[in-house]
Amino acid sequence: MENQLYLSSSPHIHGGETTDKVMRTVIYALLPACAVSIYFFGLPALSVLLICTIGCLAAEALCCRLMKRALTLSDGSAALTGILLGLNLPPSAPWWLSLFGAAIAILIGKQVYGGLGSNPFNPALVARVVLLISFPVQMTSWTAPAPLGSGLDAVTAATPLGEMKTAVMLTGKLPELATSGFGNYLTGNMAGSLGEVSALALLLGGLYLMLRKIISWHIPVSFLGTVIILGGVFWLVDPGTYPSPLFHLLTGGLMLGVFFMATDMVTSPVTGKGMLIFGFGCGLVTVLIRLFGGYPEGVSFAILLMNAATPLIDRFTKPKIYGYVEQEAAQ
Amino acid sequence: MNLKTFPGGLHPPDSKHYSATSPIAVCPLPEQLVIPMGQHIGAPAEACVAVGDLVKKGQLIATAKGFVSVPIHASSSGEVVAVEPRLHPMGKLLPAVVIKTDGEDCWDDTLQGADPAELSGDELKNRIRAAGIVGMGGATFPTHVKLSPPEDKKIDTLIINGVECEPFLTADHRLMLEESERIFDGIDILRKILGIERAVIGIEANKPDAIEKLSREGAARNVAVQALQVKYPQGAEKQLIDAITGRQVPSGTLPMEVGVVVQNVGTAAAVSDAIRLGRPLVERVATVTGPGIKQPKNLLIRIGTPLSFLVEQCGGLHGEPAKIIMGGPMMGQTQLSLDIPAIRGTSGLLIFRQEDLPKKLEAGPCIRCGRCVTACPIHLAPTTIAAYGRLDMLDEANAYNALDCIECGCCTYICPATLPLVQTIRYAKGGIMAKKRTI
Amino acid sequence: MLAAVLSLGGIGLVAAAALGVAAKKFAVEIDPREAAILEVLPGANCGACGFPGCSGFAKALVNGSTAPSLCTPGGSDTVHKIAQILGVEAVTADPKVAVVLCQGDNRKATEKYRYLGLEDCNAAQKIADGPKNCPGGCLGLGTCARVCPFGAIEITVDGLAVISREKCTGCEKCIAVCPRRVIRMTPLDASTHVLCNSHDKGAAVRKYCQVGCIACTLCKKNAPEAYKIEAFLAEVIYEHHREAAQVLEKCPTRCIRDFSTGYPEGSSFPPPTVPVKPAQVD
Repeated sequence: MENQLYLSSSPHIHGGETTDKVMRTVIYALLPACAVSIYFFGLPALSVLLICTIGCLAAEALCCRLMKRALTLSDGSAALTGILLGLNLPPSAPWWLSLFGAAIAILIGKQVYGGLGSNPFNPALVARVVLLISFPVQMTSWTAPAPLGSGLDAVTAATPLGEMKTAVMLTGKLPELATSGFGNYLTGNMAGSLGEVSALALLLGGLYLMLRKIISWHIPVSFLGTVIILGGVFWLVDPGTYPSPLFHLLTGGLMLGVFFMATDMVTSPVTGKGMLIFGFGCGLVTVLIRLFGGYPEGVSFAILLMNAATPLIDRFTKPKIYGYVEQEAAQ
Repeated sequence: MNLKTFPGGLHPPDSKHYSATSPIAVCPLPEQLVIPMGQHIGAPAEACVAVGDLVKKGQLIATAKGFVSVPIHASSSGEVVAVEPRLHPMGKLLPAVVIKTDGEDCWDDTLQGADPAELSGDELKNRIRAAGIVGMGGATFPTHVKLSPPEDKKIDTLIINGVECEPFLTADHRLMLEESERIFDGIDILRKILGIERAVIGIEANKPDAIEKLSREGAARNVAVQALQVKYPQGAEKQLIDAITGRQVPSGTLPMEVGVVVQNVGTAAAVSDAIRLGRPLVERVATVTGPGIKQPKNLLIRIGTPLSFLVEQCGGLHGEPAKIIMGGPMMGQTQLSLDIPAIRGTSGLLIFRQEDLPKKLEAGPCIRCGRCVTACPIHLAPTTIAAYGRLDMLDEANAYNALDCIECGCCTYICPATLPLVQTIRYAKGGIMAKKRTI
Repeated sequence: MLAAVLSLGGIGLVAAAALGVAAKKFAVEIDPREAAILEVLPGANCGACGFPGCSGFAKALVNGSTAPSLCTPGGSDTVHKIAQILGVEAVTADPKVAVVLCQGDNRKATEKYRYLGLEDCNAAQKIADGPKNCPGGCLGLGTCARVCPFGAIEITVDGLAVISREKCTGCEKCIAVCPRRVIRMTPLDASTHVLCNSHDKGAAVRKYCQVGCIACTLCKKNAPEAYKIEAFLAEVIYEHHREAAQVLEKCPTRCIRDFSTGYPEGSSFPPPTVPVKPAQVD
């Protein structure tokens, strides 16, 4: 009497989009940026990316074992976290730093909360901030680009944002680099973490994600828009002390943050309105930290702060339902 | 074409090519008809025949119980061989009348048609009730109840639902192409009962031939046709009203609240037959389709025909069936076997094989992507309601308007984690309603 | 340096003084017995007593509006302690534990259909009355296991719920959520049970389950005071559970089980010690 028929609740067809497809598409979108960073920084970049990715996969497998749950590696989220973490690290990061970061990202950033979907903070950013605060020297040792095949050795250098912060703090004026050299910033020919470099590659990846409808336009537009407008206002007031909006866009981790970190679905609001508020908050805090804070880069902190605000934003942006009835009138 | 629509919703492939061009074929009489007593919303009817009775086609075999109920009639002439519980599309044994057909198919000669012009609105409604007419789109709500709004609800528009937004189904499409006279006649009768002038037929743009035909024929009869953008669930009552009239039915109320009554094209045609020919609802058009059927067709079937007989008429099964669905793939009900009768609400029979089912059957964790929120035609947050439902936090689920869910399936269709959202929200709704009853 | 020490120390002293005054002035009078009772209660907040958590129960006890015996998880020890604090008589009922009256896992009982959807017994039951052919058998989707506050229920790998007699405290939360009503309260010292919940006739049961009760009445014939047969289902009469345990071999489908020899196949619980000690919840 065994019945081979399936019975289930409706609906009985599915759109075909799955979690692992989503994760894989984001990974594809990151490949151009990875390629550019390997071009500019060579083997160290490749090793950082590989160690982070493998470290994250290993940490996730270990957690699944310990928590007696089925292996979740195939959903692609651990690999994605690994690549994102790698892109947040400087190319000179030692192997133990990458590994430690990977472990923090998965164990503290994701699994303690219950795994995929339950974490309130972006795991890669949690790891980056932990590493930044614990190992500030290694996390802020930058090298100048030594493109593959150029035969150049790695030379320490400062990032454009770092230079700007130092110059402003010391002299109150912007350094030369902050007002020129935009061509280099666009293509990635500057010092920085792996993902900070090529704004162009990241922009392309981000546009690809929007085209494939993996991310919506709300967060990128409001985040970038806020940075441009707020940065622009300060620049117009005093162009000698405050850099131009274009400088903001092309340097630091803004592009990476806007398209790949702030748009992380698990840690951002679910409604369009909520996403706009989220993006605005990220942009605001980023600019404030960059211009007035102690750190040269504010994107990571801004996104983490807004991640914390996401449940609150969701609460206050409950969608207005079809046939919405005012509570008083309904009585 | 000025295409109207509503916000939200999505575009599953419409898969209508299986049967859209196949004209309505009359399904032959099966040997046995199993007619359940519960085929509509409201109290099931009560059998009024006994084993051994000889019945004619259209003869009353069960009486209605209460106002929100309709009587049931024999779908063909023959002998009553059983009055007992039989397997029902709801998956359990429920009371039914089983008739062994005699092949003569004689109508009950006491049934008399009439000219609607000579009958009052109330008389027309009584005849509709006596004919057992229910909503043929699948909801099976007793039509006479829908046509009896309370005094204070002023109706000004009749919307005829020719949308058929469910993928695979083409029964209404063929009905509009082949039986438009009956539909228009039904519309006139319905307008007379409601005492109104304005009637609009809503049709999705993927049926251009039907739009063209009905627009042409409707022009002379003061019936407008509104072409609608192809989107699921355009055929859902609330979305249809929003698209055609721009009015939103307030949460917790019915369409009469905004002055509208919606009826399916099949219901309109059945109303015409009930009044003009005196014929009760004993047959309907259903689409037998899907990749699991050899020759998909639109069949005119008798109520009570076993699904296995319908499959035979369509060349039989193509491979091993994995899911037998009564209705469309978005809101239809899966069945335990083919030994189940077609009922008044059976708009379609859909057979899927294993390879036609979604690849990923196991649910993963919610990744809060928000696709369900964007797709929901009622603008709910399905992910939040389902999360509360899973934790049995029913008050919170209610605060997120769980009861407004129309169970259309858009959220589940689009969910990358393949979460059973509709099922979870249904579960939450059930809990909330149960709690309300105990207070 | 001195200034810093003095200022911080001064702030500390002032704050401490303020707190001390506030503690005295705004103190809420609670009956000291309430605190004492709260100490001896298990603290599991399971709701078996019908009150909102252990603190709600303690309050009601002190008001005299309820009886100590309602705390089943605490066991007779707790009931006696509460009675002592309140100065009343302790009336304890015999401890009872829950049993899933079914052994029909996936390998022994057939399915009506393949269920796809929410892993919840109540949700599955709504679809064509559940995926098991047997109308009363355990669905094994884990709703009871998830609701048990004491971790006393496990779902075997073949889809059967099993309740540990040593961990169960008798709070009855599992019984409230089971859609098949296959869980029953039984005396703690009775370890023999007819593990079947189907009232279908024997021939029908045989078709869908290898270990269901077919009402052959052999158990009753061999131990007349220990069994009763009602509507095609045998049941142990628990006052005579010792006699009931003598006739296990007579049962042709092996649906009668003596838990002292072990739990149903697939369970990871070790066989309970005999006699079973009531669960101690601290």
